[in-house]
Amino acid sequence: MIILMIRRLVGLLLTLLAVSALIFLVMALLPGDPAAIMLGTSASADTLAALRQQLGLDQPLLLRYLQWLGGVLQGDLGRSHTYGVPVAGLITERLAVTLPLAAMAILLSVLIAVPLGVTAAAKRNGLVDLAATLFAQAGIAVPAFWMGLLLILLFSMQLGWTPAGGFPGWHAGFFAALHALLLPALALALPQASVLTRVTRTAVLDVLDEDFLRAARAKGLSRRAALWRHAVPNAMVPVVTMLGLQFTFLVAGAVLIENVFNLPGLGRLAYQALSQRDIIVMQDVVLFFAALVIVVNFSVDLSYLWLDPRLRSGKAFS
Amino acid sequence: MTSAPLLRVDDLAVSLRLADGRLLPILSDISFTIGRGETLGIVGESGSGKTILSLAVIGLLPESAAVSGSILFDGKPLTGLDDKSLCRIRGSRIGLIFQEPTAALNPAMTIADQIAEGIVLHRGTGWRDARRQAIELLDRMRIDQAVRRADDYPHELSGGQRQRVGIAIALALEPELLIADEPTTALDATVQQEVLGILTEFVREKGVALMLVSHNLGVVAHMASRMLVLYAGTRMEAGETADVLGDPHNPYTRGLLAALPGRTGRGRRMASIPGTVPSLAHLPPGCRFAGRCADEIPQCSQDEPAWRAFGAARGVRCLRALTTESV
Ligand SMILES: Nc1ncnc2c1ncn2[C@@H]1O[C@H](COP(=O)(O)OP(=O)(O)OP(=O)(O)O)[C@@H](O)[C@H]1O
Ligand code: SF4
Ligand SMILES: [Mg+2]
Repeated sequence: MIILMIRRLVGLLLTLLAVSALIFLVMALLPGDPAAIMLGTSASADTLAALRQQLGLDQPLLLRYLQWLGGVLQGDLGRSHTYGVPVAGLITERLAVTLPLAAMAILLSVLIAVPLGVTAAAKRNGLVDLAATLFAQAGIAVPAFWMGLLLILLFSMQLGWTPAGGFPGWHAGFFAALHALLLPALALALPQASVLTRVTRTAVLDVLDEDFLRAARAKGLSRRAALWRHAVPNAMVPVVTMLGLQFTFLVAGAVLIENVFNLPGLGRLAYQALSQRDIIVMQDVVLFFAALVIVVNFSVDLSYLWLDPRLRSGKAFS
Repeated sequence: MTSAPLLRVDDLAVSLRLADGRLLPILSDISFTIGRGETLGIVGESGSGKTILSLAVIGLLPESAAVSGSILFDGKPLTGLDDKSLCRIRGSRIGLIFQEPTAALNPAMTIADQIAEGIVLHRGTGWRDARRQAIELLDRMRIDQAVRRADDYPHELSGGQRQRVGIAIALALEPELLIADEPTTALDATVQQEVLGILTEFVREKGVALMLVSHNLGVVAHMASRMLVLYAGTRMEAGETADVLGDPHNPYTRGLLAALPGRTGRGRRMASIPGTVPSLAHLPPGCRFAGRCADEIPQCSQDEPAWRAFGAARGVRCLRALTTESV
């Protein structure tokens, strides 16, 4: 198992390398001369050439790629042309919005989906099960940004409970910041929770027939205790797998949602960088997202060891 | 016996609802008693309803089950009791050992925790204390290096060890009644004896009444003072083990006896009864054993023979039994 994990890690690093090349290529092949877009149409040929040289655009593609990659590996993400600051700082700053947003979305999704899915499975064909089924279908049909708009309409415009967008910053106070993130996090969480509910329900149903649940009841455990202590832990592998898969969509969803809610996060940074052809920022942010997805997927793999002791072989090592 | 038996089952019938909504009768006309500290053997081929009977007694049938008749435990009815009251009895006063030890253990929980769980629940002991008791139990179950194995997960044990954990779980609270549903069927022949030995030792020492379910007549003959023979969901014969085996009145009992290894002297599980247990959905009319019975007469396929009690706590279901001796 340990060897398997190391092999998987190497595979993931190679994937990341391939992704970096792909990102670079896509950025380089994007239509339009970045220098021209940055300077506007009135720029003279001389200034244009000067900027191109400054950006390194006059150098061969491969060299530019290797320079970028070398920098990244040494922790130097380069400098944004539009903001005029190091990209690393930009990313850290924006991360203070995106990371809590994503964490909140995952947390909300789990807090909604797991109890709902477990209850739906335990009381199969009951009212909760019906509600869970409807929720799952609605969630699949409604994408996150559309959900975001609906939530804004309801909670901000109609009820006035939450801000419709914007972010006061963490210096404005922990709860104020959290409050601003609640609606966008919910918009991200609801579609994911609907799928997760479905997965949880199926996974729990699969273990409900197991003898060890009956054995738990034979010890005198109540139905509820047997469900939560014995069924649910054994149903978590598919749930965590789905969470890992959903993380990719969460990242994609965050880009959209940050724009819908006007949040100064990484997604918004990526969007702005794209419209301003701030190529280095684009590359760094996308690479960062890719690395994040890969790290999350690896953590999901590691979590299997924790969730299912049968996968931990070689007791001799411990 | 003058005092009331520990367990008294009367006219028990169980039906299960099938996927298509029909009710399928699984057990019918089951009655028996088990006294305190007594061992009752229940034998029958695969599919005769032994597991369903075990689950009925401890109140853990599938929710779709329809149960009629009465089950008295220590003089009080278990049937009709709400789940909360049953939870207080399950594990503490009635223990259950499962047929498949591997399936009956939670793969994601250490064995000590699985044993300790019941102790914590019923005695209100702290986990630390309960785990220590669990290790003592493992030791009594002759698991080597119990302290070290306590934190093992079920997959790290052998089949025999897993069933010993199953026994430890069932006996952790020293219940008055232990239901052992084929405790050794899933095990290698070599470890069966040892596991049965451990079980017997504990049961004798604590005076636990044992409902020993088995399709192995040899095991029952060895361990049970009284026995009950099941066939296709109903009882065929009952009585003191020595009487039933010494003078069987039902042809099915005789068939089981003839199938015992050693009797025929030609290897194990030799001359088994020809044919198979009929599907409960398609029982033959009349006697359920008709079609496989060596003593069958045409009348056997007309009415189901009634249960007839006779002698000292004996009973039989067969048209042709007792026709010569009694009357
Ligand atoms: N959940 C269920 N739904 C429908 N039928 C069932 C169910 N469980 C058991 N049965 C049927 O009930 C009958 C009795 O089953 P049971 O498991 O009690 O037999 P058994 O005597 O324990 O057999 P074995 O020796 O194989 O364990 C069988 O015909 C079986 O198919
Ligand atoms: S009633 Fe007939 S078929 Fe049934 S056991 Fe007796 S002899 Fe055999
Ligand atoms: Mg069985």
